[in-house]
Amino acid sequence: MGTSSQKFAIQVEGLHKAFNGKPVLTGVDLGVPSGSIFTVVGPSGAGKSVFLKCLANIIPPDAGRILFDGSELAFGDRVSQLEFRRRCSFLFQSNALFDSLTTLENVALPLEQTTSLPNKEIRKRSLEALKQLEIDEYAGHYPAQLSGGMQKRLALARAIVTQPELVLFDEPTAGLDPLRRNAVFAMIAKYQRQFGFTALIVTHDVPEALVASDRVALLNQGRICFEGTPAEFSASTHSVVSDFRDSAAALQRELAVIRTADA
Amino acid sequence: MFYWFGRQTLQVIFGIGDYSLFTVKAFCALAKSKRLVRRIVSAVHEQGTVCLPVILIVGLFTGLVLGLQGYHVLSRFGSQGLLGTLVSLSLVREMGPVLAALMLIGQAGSALAAELGIQRNTEQIVALETMGVNSHGYLVVPRLVASLLVFPLQTAVFVVVGFWGGSLSGSLLLGVDSGVYWSAVQRAVEAQDMRECFIKAAVFGVLSISTCAYQGYHSDRNASVMGARAVSASTTRAVVFSSILVLVADYIISSFFV
Repeated sequence: MGTSSQKFAIQVEGLHKAFNGKPVLTGVDLGVPSGSIFTVVGPSGAGKSVFLKCLANIIPPDAGRILFDGSELAFGDRVSQLEFRRRCSFLFQSNALFDSLTTLENVALPLEQTTSLPNKEIRKRSLEALKQLEIDEYAGHYPAQLSGGMQKRLALARAIVTQPELVLFDEPTAGLDPLRRNAVFAMIAKYQRQFGFTALIVTHDVPEALVASDRVALLNQGRICFEGTPAEFSASTHSVVSDFRDSAAALQRELAVIRTADA
Repeated sequence: MFYWFGRQTLQVIFGIGDYSLFTVKAFCALAKSKRLVRRIVSAVHEQGTVCLPVILIVGLFTGLVLGLQGYHVLSRFGSQGLLGTLVSLSLVREMGPVLAALMLIGQAGSALAAELGIQRNTEQIVALETMGVNSHGYLVVPRLVASLLVFPLQTAVFVVVGFWGGSLSGSLLLGVDSGVYWSAVQRAVEAQDMRECFIKAAVFGVLSISTCAYQGYHSDRNASVMGARAVSASTTRAVVFSSILVLVADYIISSFFV
């Protein structure tokens, strides 16, 4: 979990969540160091998205504590929620862009609705965010007119325009080919360094996550069963980690057995 | 049987309570909403300009039919001179507010339910909440405010066009004296009738738009249907429930004025 002097952007203690009596998170403990890229990997159905949605205040957890910048988040308290949402952004797997608004309007919306900035300043900041993400020439286009990669960048532009301290990424590379996956992780790494936010990513794309992240955790069956640096993850002899990390090698072994049996 | 009946009753009570809370929340969000004017103008356009052709057509034909049917009924008693009274009071007190509201539900209400349903389906509403934007304030408030303005205006247009429709069929086609028709209209409609008409229109506006918004906003509530089917089911519910509510409210308001 890092050293005791380390400052955490977000800390989770004993997080539990169940749906219709079926446990999904069974006591998650985690600390995400400030200013880092932290990736939570895990197999499908491990509870990664639920974990992230609990952090983002979208789904209330059944038990446990979430500390943001040292203060506990109170789920029933609207003021505390608004304060957290002002300082945190969430990037949805589906991007969740407003399809009836233009690219510029999408980016301007959080500023228009949550700040009292004058219209001129909002437009300036929104255009700046689009320029930084290299999609300013599409300011008048609708999301449906953009490519998948551009939509991802637009979602990131909307997330960073409010200058958040923490950005939560829910499966940012789901359904993308390897080249696009690399591009998305490179984009996150680039802008994380440029803007200095803390990035918490959940994904099941292990190779890319290991390259792009400062720290990695493995969520399995509702619990964190490993947490460390990418180098420690690669060297870990923990059975779940090695099964997940070396899944391609395991597949090769399984196929070899089938082929031998066929022969 | 008793279990089923009890469960259905509880569901209805829960639904009414939840809908009422939704509407109250939306009105409370009015005070906190930012940059509301532009979105109200856009909602006025959706409910007003876009729906105007339907209001004009239905208003005209309602007036034409009222003129035609009224003439034949009144001529049995030799009272064709009262055609203006019949057409005007029917339109102002009942048919204008009710039919205009039903037309607006069919066009603007269903569009609103479908739009919110898709926004729910594609996580746009959750995205608004994660940004700290009050989704009731952003999505529902402008439509509700616009309905308070547009429904009475559209009803007024409907009624006036209906008067002309009645005049067309009564005077031009069936030979009732035009001066007699219009003077009967002028004599028959009193301030209280206008009050009833506009109160009904405003109440129908809030009821139907809030019902359509509620159904679209919670299109994910029904676990038996998902995705596009959930949107279509919520749109159907929006139109059916708001139409029923309009007719129930019509009876209640009428009972106060008669």
